[in-house]
Amino acid sequence: MSQLPKPDTAQLRARYPDVFDRPASARLAMPAMIVAAFGVLVFGLVDLDFSPARLLSGMHQLGWITLMMLPPDPGSSLPIYLKALGETLSIALLGTTIAAVFALPVSLLAARNIIPSNLLRFPVRRFLDSIRGVDTLIWALVWINVVGLGPFAGVLAIALSDFGAFGKLFSEAIEAADKKQVEGIRASGGNALHEIRFGLMPQVLPVIAGQVLYFIESNTRSATIIGIVGAGGIGLQLAEQIRVLEWQKVSFLILMILVAVAAIDWISTKLRFAIIGQRAVA
Amino acid sequence: MTSAVSLLPPQQLEVLNDAYRKAVSRKRLRLTLATAVFVAALIVAAIGAEVNLRTLFTYFGNFISYFDRILTLEDGHRVWTDLAEWFWGWQKWLKLLGETLLISYVGTLTGAVLAFALNFFAAQNTSPGPWLRFVIRRLLEFARTVPGIVFALIFVIAFGLGPMAGVLAIAIHSTGALGKLFSEIVENADMKPVEGVRSTGASWLSCMRFAVLPQVSAGYASYALLRFEINVREASVMGFVGAGGIGQELVVAIRKFYYSDVSAILVTIIVTVFVIDICTGWLRARLFGKDARS
Repeated sequence: MSQLPKPDTAQLRARYPDVFDRPASARLAMPAMIVAAFGVLVFGLVDLDFSPARLLSGMHQLGWITLMMLPPDPGSSLPIYLKALGETLSIALLGTTIAAVFALPVSLLAARNIIPSNLLRFPVRRFLDSIRGVDTLIWALVWINVVGLGPFAGVLAIALSDFGAFGKLFSEAIEAADKKQVEGIRASGGNALHEIRFGLMPQVLPVIAGQVLYFIESNTRSATIIGIVGAGGIGLQLAEQIRVLEWQKVSFLILMILVAVAAIDWISTKLRFAIIGQRAVA
Repeated sequence: MTSAVSLLPPQQLEVLNDAYRKAVSRKRLRLTLATAVFVAALIVAAIGAEVNLRTLFTYFGNFISYFDRILTLEDGHRVWTDLAEWFWGWQKWLKLLGETLLISYVGTLTGAVLAFALNFFAAQNTSPGPWLRFVIRRLLEFARTVPGIVFALIFVIAFGLGPMAGVLAIAIHSTGALGKLFSEIVENADMKPVEGVRSTGASWLSCMRFAVLPQVSAGYASYALLRFEINVREASVMGFVGAGGIGQELVVAIRKFYYSDVSAILVTIIVTVFVIDICTGWLRARLFGKDARS
């Protein structure tokens, strides 16, 4: 077996100083960051009352709860749960649609290629950001104060918080649209509205439809929890059963949610492929 | 104006127009049908969700006036005229806000570490066995699909009231979400370095450490930071079910109609979320370049 010649380390060092002699600050940056992250973690664990004893007894408790959950059993309230699940799906569908309808015109105002003036665009963007900064559950609490307990408050909460998210996403989609088609419309004598309708919308609508479908899917998840604060749907039943420690019903409800989310997932993926084509998604 | 556009002879034009109209009418029919189905679904949903437009119109004034009320102090002045009175509880709120941030930090870090430990088993190209991949994937899916607050509700009963339940709930949910994203990064990684390391006789663990990890660690950190942003929002509502953080204070203020407190706490939450968004955005841009966001 032939022996390879020994590499000349001194010469290599001289030739690639960046690799061999990195400055101390660069070499220390990574360990320092890890130590800092770990330090904050330890501080957090202490500050948040973590203790091995609590963790152990909690785990023990959790083990019991898991055992009690088996087998999942709805008892005699299956029809109520099915109705609640229908309510949840309705909330998600309706809330998302309302949000999309209202967000489309507003997103035009937040898009750089439609409103070039920073002065007008900036407040619209910050307004949308503030709406997004507040969680759906908080909006649900506010709407309950306005229209009372029930699924309608949930619809409005989802519509409002998605309005903020859609406004941002749609305006990004509009900004990413191709300018050439808009210019073509302008060259043939179209006015600003024509440009939006025939130049922009055909490009943007499929993207928007994909996003709306994705949100219907993710809102099915959000809609399951807004019931916890009293805004209707299956979350109401879930929170109630957890409070009265009916663990078999709890596990059945969680299973129902999982199945429903998986079903909606499947449907919306199929629809998305149909709308924007297989390749655009992957 | 004289037309400079040359037109085709009428009989040729006729045929083309016919074909065009036929093609368009089929498309329109499909669109109309899809719209009809969608509208029908909406109507069914509206009935299911007990939508009552009259309630909305009657009480919509309430929604507007609610913001009027939460922006008014008890003595009838606007809140911004007396900041000391508006943020009277700032010491308590800042402390709770700090707790919220800690909850999301500890939760995100724990979740990221767990996801890191699991994701190589869930990725198609690095998993040691298909059955293991199946099990891990279903586990992650479960952790991701059950909302964090449902975990929090259950953990509050198991671990007692307090931030611990919130941390664990956020950690589990983050494990599910990050595990999926991490394994997708691994699936997109280049396999040639793995073959290179493999050919030197390295074990599976060394392959992951020296061939996969250097390619994916930047993506991991980016997603973990993004998750931290999301978790700050999530942690701000954990208090609704008694799992610690500022949510507890907020839900009390909303339920007991302490109007100016509601706006003060909301403002602190929104400002915090903004600041965190900007900081993590800046950090990500610094660490991984501008396009790490997508």
